[in-house]
Amino acid sequence: MTAAPSPRQLPLNILAHSATTALGAGLDAQRRALAQRRSGLRRNDFGSDPLDCWIGRVEGVEDVVLPPALSGFACRNNALAWLALQQDGLLDALAGVVARHGAGRVAVVIGTSTSSIGATEEAYAHLQAGADDVACFPPDLRRPRIHTPHAPGDFVQAATGLRGPCVTVATACSSSAKVFAQAARLIHAGFADAALVGGVDTLCGSVLFGFHSLQLVASDPCRPFDAHRSGLSLGEAGGYAVLERAGAGPDTALQLHGYGESSDAHHMSAPHPQGLGARLAMQRALHGAGLDAAQVGYLNLHGTSTPANDGIEAAAVAALFPPSLHAGSTKGWTGHTLGAAGIVESVFALLALSDGLLPGTLNSEVADPACGPQIRFDNARADIGHAMNNSFGFGGNNCSLVFGKAG
Amino acid sequence: MRQVREAIVEGIGFWGNGLPDWDAACAWVREGRRPPQAPARPAATLLAANERRRAPATVAVALDAALAACEAAGREAATLPSVFASTHGEMSITDYMCTTLAGDPRAISPTRFHNSVHNAAAGYWTIGTGAHAPATAISAGPGSFAQGLVEAVAQLAAGSEAVLLVAYDGPACGPLGTVVPSEGLLGIALVLSRTPCPGLPVLRLELAGQTGTQAPGPLSRLLAGNAMQPALPLLEALALEQERAWLPAGAGQWLRVDIGHG
Repeated sequence: MTAAPSPRQLPLNILAHSATTALGAGLDAQRRALAQRRSGLRRNDFGSDPLDCWIGRVEGVEDVVLPPALSGFACRNNALAWLALQQDGLLDALAGVVARHGAGRVAVVIGTSTSSIGATEEAYAHLQAGADDVACFPPDLRRPRIHTPHAPGDFVQAATGLRGPCVTVATACSSSAKVFAQAARLIHAGFADAALVGGVDTLCGSVLFGFHSLQLVASDPCRPFDAHRSGLSLGEAGGYAVLERAGAGPDTALQLHGYGESSDAHHMSAPHPQGLGARLAMQRALHGAGLDAAQVGYLNLHGTSTPANDGIEAAAVAALFPPSLHAGSTKGWTGHTLGAAGIVESVFALLALSDGLLPGTLNSEVADPACGPQIRFDNARADIGHAMNNSFGFGGNNCSLVFGKAG
Repeated sequence: MRQVREAIVEGIGFWGNGLPDWDAACAWVREGRRPPQAPARPAATLLAANERRRAPATVAVALDAALAACEAAGREAATLPSVFASTHGEMSITDYMCTTLAGDPRAISPTRFHNSVHNAAAGYWTIGTGAHAPATAISAGPGSFAQGLVEAVAQLAAGSEAVLLVAYDGPACGPLGTVVPSEGLLGIALVLSRTPCPGLPVLRLELAGQTGTQAPGPLSRLLAGNAMQPALPLLEALALEQERAWLPAGAGQWLRVDIGHG
């Protein structure tokens, strides 16, 4: 609260964007399912001893075969990262920025919560006796570059041939929202002229049993902002956006207009009871974009469907925005995709801008008493000028982004 | 549009095995002296007593170095945005999670799970200091420190008055340690600002596709096994008032840090 407000931020052009979720691969699959209000959640069929819950699992990840030069990176998380990278002209847009600026001037900033820990879990499930009686990994999993937090950033850089600064942001569920902020700063400071930002997280035992241990997983499909919600549904996803300094390449219809970050300074796994961090992140993003709250037409809420998060977020939104705002959580479609939630829901915000489709909230019927008129369960159609996305993570780590139409 | 990418070093925090603070690190670098009895574990006085015992070692070392840097800078910790960089995070928790999942997955400890996030140290820091300023947590393999420094300087360029950079890694353990090695505990923290001040060093950053020659210095030789070891050439250059350090920044990339000593 004591930090000085950030100055007005310069807009960045968005040359391409895409998401791959339980709704399918690429923008059209997201569009259709959002418009049809068709959930991607299914009964948990992940792993040998599945918990009784629902998950947002991406079809076809197991069938991905990486090119031979990248086979050393093979694991579920990188397979999803690869699948998501092939969609919606991302690689063509990258070829354009590389042609304009050179590969060394294009940054890679990727968010994740658990990286490819699924591969480490697999190694521990198949340990072998090694020298000196120390258990060791099976030979096919003795690959250091997949057993570390930087695995997704490292893989995406290798897969794209980009040579600018390459970083993995791992602030739990705000990770792939913060990648936009970090890339904007890298470009502003002159460390890069363009950036590939994104996020990828895959289902794994750590998150399924970890959130279960915190009693945060619902046995039914999640119902964000419903008075009777009982917890979240976990999902997996990957997605990206190609960002470039405005004026350094072709004009684009959509831009990043502002970002705001904050810390709750309250608890590792529970949100600030008055939503202070959430409010600060939203206010700072509006300030960075030079906007009044009334100018935001759509807000994709963090809306995890846990009892604690949604009431606090709804109250923070009600305190900041007029009743005309259309705000909703799309977790009922995709599940909570953790470190990928930031990019997935930024892509949904961009779809709201480009298509005029404002998603409501799936599976929810009775609004929590904390919900103001901003929280919408039904979809709507409207031509809007600005859209916001909220992503909040463990450790009280918050990020809000504002996207808009150019000009 | 190329901006000036520089930062004033207002305060330094340090904790390494056998060198429990920045003064001890400087004495080792300059004179080859080490304290006879160094503590085995950082104090982590920022945490409540019950949390201090349970806190992962990497959280303790990160918080110890961070607090020392803020005290040296005379900056109130709560006002500073922070950048936490770690190559591997807390590997004992990764080892615990994977061991438990392979045996009895429903027995996962909720506390260990929420401590497994890469931003655990950042989270405890903001809670302990009451900082509502932004905090981030990054990893970039052997380039983790250099990319943390780049992000910190980019935050200054974006308008922050001062920024806290914290870099740390801990020992590998269990079967994971046979594939991903790291030894000992190392925590490094810098308070960086935009405010020029006579007598304080100024860092100027430039990314490059090649490196200059640089022999391993005294800190690098003593603490070589730690995954955050690539940060040490900058600390050595600061202690010895050298004018340049090269830091690995990623695949085929280096960060050249030119240092002005006021």
